[in-house]
Amino acid sequence: MSGSQPSDLVLLVVKISFLALLWLFVLAAVRAVRADMFGPTKRQRQNVQGLGHGAAAQPAPVPAHPARPAPPPAGPQNAPASRRARTPSKLVVTKGHLAGTILPLGPAPVTIGRAQDSTLVLEDDFASARHARLVPHDGQWFVEDLGSTNGTYLDRTKVTSPMPVPLGAPVRIGKTVLELHR
Amino acid sequence: MTVLPPLRGKAVDLTGTFARFPIPADVHLPPYRRRELSLLLFAGLLATAALAAVVLAVDGKITTSVFVYGLGFSALWGVAHLAVRRFAPAADPVLLPLVAALNGLGLVMIYRLDLAKVEAAEKAGRKIPSGVAPLQMIWTLLALVVFVLVLAVIRDHKTLSRYAYTAGLVGLVFLVLPAMPVFGATINGARLWLRVGPFTFQPSEISKIILMVFFAGYLVNKREVLSVASRSFLGIHFPRARDLGPVLVAWLASLGVLVVEKDLGSSLLFFGMFLVILYVATERASWVLIGLALFSLGAVISYHLFGHVQVRVDGWLHAFDGDNPTSTSYQLVQGLFGFAAGEITGTGLGQGSPQRVPFANTDFIVASIGEELGLAGIMAILVIYGLVVTRGLRAALGARDPFGKMLATGLAASFALQVFVQVGGVMRLIPLTGLTLPFISYGGSSIVSNAAIIALLLRISDSYRRPGPATPAAPLFDPNAVADSPTQAVRTT
Repeated sequence: MSGSQPSDLVLLVVKISFLALLWLFVLAAVRAVRADMFGPTKRQRQNVQGLGHGAAAQPAPVPAHPARPAPPPAGPQNAPASRRARTPSKLVVTKGHLAGTILPLGPAPVTIGRAQDSTLVLEDDFASARHARLVPHDGQWFVEDLGSTNGTYLDRTKVTSPMPVPLGAPVRIGKTVLELHR
Repeated sequence: MTVLPPLRGKAVDLTGTFARFPIPADVHLPPYRRRELSLLLFAGLLATAALAAVVLAVDGKITTSVFVYGLGFSALWGVAHLAVRRFAPAADPVLLPLVAALNGLGLVMIYRLDLAKVEAAEKAGRKIPSGVAPLQMIWTLLALVVFVLVLAVIRDHKTLSRYAYTAGLVGLVFLVLPAMPVFGATINGARLWLRVGPFTFQPSEISKIILMVFFAGYLVNKREVLSVASRSFLGIHFPRARDLGPVLVAWLASLGVLVVEKDLGSSLLFFGMFLVILYVATERASWVLIGLALFSLGAVISYHLFGHVQVRVDGWLHAFDGDNPTSTSYQLVQGLFGFAAGEITGTGLGQGSPQRVPFANTDFIVASIGEELGLAGIMAILVIYGLVVTRGLRAALGARDPFGKMLATGLAASFALQVFVQVGGVMRLIPLTGLTLPFISYGGSSIVSNAAIIALLLRISDSYRRPGPATPAAPLFDPNAVADSPTQAVRTT
């Protein structure tokens, strides 16, 4: 306890501004959580289109790494705005054990089955170890049955050869239903 | 490789500097890490501001050392950030900053209580005690080392499931180790500590994580049996008697901890943790009912058998009666007075007198915060804890393998339970138990084990956020197998 004590007013201002800072931090965190759950806000997206920056970053070629090819869409946040409209960017499980799971779609095929090394590990007695896979081709995703016991269904048709999967069409594997979303 | 679009202003240089840090070449990064960095800087600012407020209120002026400490703190967590960049590039961006903010506030609060002790000693003319804040700083450093190690060593959380039973054994050994005559040490009436030379360590904090690995691994294998094989009675599914085994073991173990080590908090935490994960694995409410029934039974029995439990319950129910406020429930009542003195906005950092509460920097740090930051501050901190837990559960939802799901759920639940039991005890909602507030309380074992929990949660969240492994598409069938097969290939058009 040395030196002159600051006045009460100063201390009050310090107190209130610290609490404000604390809550601002909480709000910033909540905002980050929000952006993570629902993707960037409309305004942020507009910023991206207009200025090419912001939290809703898109994989525009970065000047610092000109040699690298622009990476393909790796998640909901960084699908290029122009292709957003058509290309699915995530695989959503709508029914079954994993209901609610969202899988960001990358350039790699998605394998589905009970095997532990599948991209999507199903815990479903009606699914085979290597049941089916989703393969991207020319911006379209194809579903391919890998010789499963109980079959893979796209909507109501059994998948015998690779079939293109439209957005929102249910892909049934055992008790699990998957959909491609933008 | 990182895909970092240009930013405006100074941020360009900063992220540019960090972006050069190596990231596995085959990983396409979503912009998670930059969000984490900006939030982390905010957390550093918050901690610096808190320290500045304390120093201003106590010393009357702000010295440059405040900023040195602030920068040091930010640099420390910056290292953790770099480790996440390197080892879990797609992990949750919010967890680390939240935890850093909690840690920063905790450090400042501990330092503030040190100052209060020094002041009190000066007034009384006693020898000036050495502060514990530098010690806690060292523990934080150690915690970050453990954090980085966990991220670096455990590249895929699924490998942990292979060691489920080993983990169960090791966890139990850790749990009973303090009860051994040679290593164990009794501090404040609880035999929870290991003494190795001058250091004391609380192994139950570590066994919390190890046992969670066991629970998750065990239940992944047994969940079907536990949830399907059951008899229905009065609309409730009762499991078969032989499937009750694990629950009974967990119950007995947590009771054992209570009896031998006299630690209410840990036994509550262990049992609660197991119950949550059991419920999640089986989706059967009956397990929760059975667990709660067992818990009530255990609570009643231990109340009648053990004096230290009676003291706690008496101090809780009759905190203001008779001579309790000056003896049994002195600490609790002083803590409540602290909350009352804090009102809505608190007395301001460095302006209350939280040192009146015994053990203000460990068990009762919530009361100190409640006094100096008020209801507004406490709520903010509880919201931060809530966010940490939801991010943990988010990782559980996203995880693609059942083991990861259960591990993440269990870890998040243990975090939530710990905060609930701790804060609830101090606020007199439940009997007071000796747990630490994760990342805020003074205590080495607590911060180290909680850092490991966060590292595991980040690992699990990283596994589901990364786009699937870029394995080359395997051929649909083995051409040789078809060539050798006796069946005839039929061409369909």
